[in-house]
Order: sequence, then C-alpha cells, then structure tokens
Amino acid sequence: MMRFILPFVVFVVLSAFLYVGLGLNPHEVPSPLIGKPAPAFNLPQLQEPAKQFSPQDMKGKVWMLNVWASWCAACKDEHHVLLALARQNIVPIYGMDYKDKREDGMAVLRDTGDPYTLVVSDTEGRIGIDYGVYGVPETYVIDKQGVIKYKQIGGVSQQIMNEKILPMIKELQSK
Amino acid sequence: MRYLLLCWCLLFPVFSYAGQAKDIAEDPVLEKRMIGLAENLRCLVCQNESLASSHADLAEDLRREVREQMKKGMADQQIIDYLVARYGDFVLYDPPVKKATLILWYGPFALLLLGCMVLVYQMKKRMKHIREADFSEADAKRAAALLNEAPEATQSKKIKDPQT
Repeated sequence: MMRFILPFVVFVVLSAFLYVGLGLNPHEVPSPLIGKPAPAFNLPQLQEPAKQFSPQDMKGKVWMLNVWASWCAACKDEHHVLLALARQNIVPIYGMDYKDKREDGMAVLRDTGDPYTLVVSDTEGRIGIDYGVYGVPETYVIDKQGVIKYKQIGGVSQQIMNEKILPMIKELQSK
Repeated sequence: MRYLLLCWCLLFPVFSYAGQAKDIAEDPVLEKRMIGLAENLRCLVCQNESLASSHADLAEDLRREVREQMKKGMADQQIIDYLVARYGDFVLYDPPVKKATLILWYGPFALLLLGCMVLVYQMKKRMKHIREADFSEADAKRAAALLNEAPEATQSKKIKDPQT
C-alpha cells in the first residue's frame, strides 16, 4: 500500500506548489518600499508648472499617489475606478504624470476627466526611479506619517479598490 | 533628371550614419564599468534581460542613473544598494543568502541528501530481501530434481539453464 500512497502524496504536494507558483504574476515584484517613508521630491505641477508639490505637504493626511502617463494603456482601464473614488471624496488622489509630455497629460485629463486633487509631472522619470516604478500605472497608499503602506503594480480594478485599498485607507484614517 | 536621381540614391548610405546609438557615453572606461555592473542586474520590465542588454525605456533610465552615480564617484556596491533599496533583491541575478532565500540556496542540497537517504534505505531493504531468499539445502535438492526431471520442457521455454 505504501508504494502507492507515497508517490501520490509527493504528487499532490508538487501539484500544490505548481498551482500556487504558476498562479503568481511574475511581473509583481514585491516592493522594498512598503513600510518605508515615501521618498521626498519637489516636482512642478502639471497644470501650473510654476508651483511645486512635495509629499512633505501631505503630513497628517492619508493619501494616494497614482503614477500614470498618457502613453499607458492600462492607465485608461483604471481611470474610471479613480474617477469613481474621487467622486466619493474619501481620500485625496495625487497623480504623477510619468515620462510624459505636459500637453499630452493635460489632454488626457481634459478628455477623460480628472480624478486628481493635483498632478505633478516627472518628465524624466527620475522620481519614478526613487519610488521603484517599473511599469505604469502604479498606485501607492501613504499614511499620516508619510509611510508607504501599499503599492499596487498595474491598474487598480474596482475589486482591488473595494477589497484591498479602501479598507486599508479607512483603517489608516482612523489611526 | 535621371542622373540627379542616381546621385540622390547614391547618397543613401550617408543618411544611414545618422542614427548613432545615443546611449554611448563620452567616457568609454566608465561605459565599460557601467556595462559590467549592469550585466549582473535584472531589468524589471523584460525580466529575462539584464539591465545592460535591455532596450526597455526604464533600463535606459537606470543605465543613465548608474552612469551618473559612477561619475559622482560612487562605488559599485553603493550603486547596487541604491537599486536594491528601490526595486528589491529582484534586480540581483545573484540573490543574497537570507531567511527568505534559504530554500533557494540550500533546498537542492537538502533534496540531494533526502534522495541519498532514500536510496541507502531502499538498498538496505533490498539486501535484506536477497538474503532471505537464500536457498536452503532442501530447496537446492528440490530445484536440482526439477531441472533434471524435465530438461526438454525448460528448453522449449527457452530458459537458459546454467548447469547444462
């Protein structure tokens, strides 16, 4: 009997490993930035380049930083999710227009709606490197102390928003 | 008109020089050092390509960053630390030994050891079986009697008999 049970157990264990392993998305690289302070920057605002924005300004508030670009297809998919969130007025969404031309970024906001409290432009993508951005869109949840609590790689779906991001934001706000 | 066209066509090779790779720095020594370092780093966009060979936009930006840090006089290890702080151990093709990577580093050896143990166990078990099957005196006599009794029957079955 043992000679059948043992290979079967090995098979089941191996299948379980493969099932979990193959189900993972290799493009989701766990960010080492979670639990660390959000890197500081000073970037010009998209709409008014004369004015600057820095994460320092957000101390004491829970906020979201969404990295996007006009050339990014997945950003268009998540756009309506961000718009819906903005309408609920729960959390300020700050945008970072990543490696984009100013006019192109402005055109997207004009044509498809603007969910952002404010947008900064990272024309050369240098701040993106500090935030470990490697595939837009990416979304960060930053707490009152300015610590990154969550990073979403790729578009935010309504499901991720409802199940992961919103509960986290509510929890962080109550702290 | 035809000659003019011909002249124009002859100019084509000249145009092809225009697109020199813009990535090459003014300093070839630094460029060589950068490539050497970037070959051991993974591009996050095309994950099977090194930072040195990837054509992804991000890889270009990161090469620029590495170049600039080298110009600032930073050591290779400092630059690697800079990238790991942003992108995690994933950028390293040679992951460090730590808690999370223990299985990665020592798992194969553990499996090898386990395999050896199973092999030794099985071989010992088999040795025991073989010894148990030793012929007793009576068995040997019985076997000889059987073999002598029907030599043709065994031959017709084409069983080799070492005694004949």
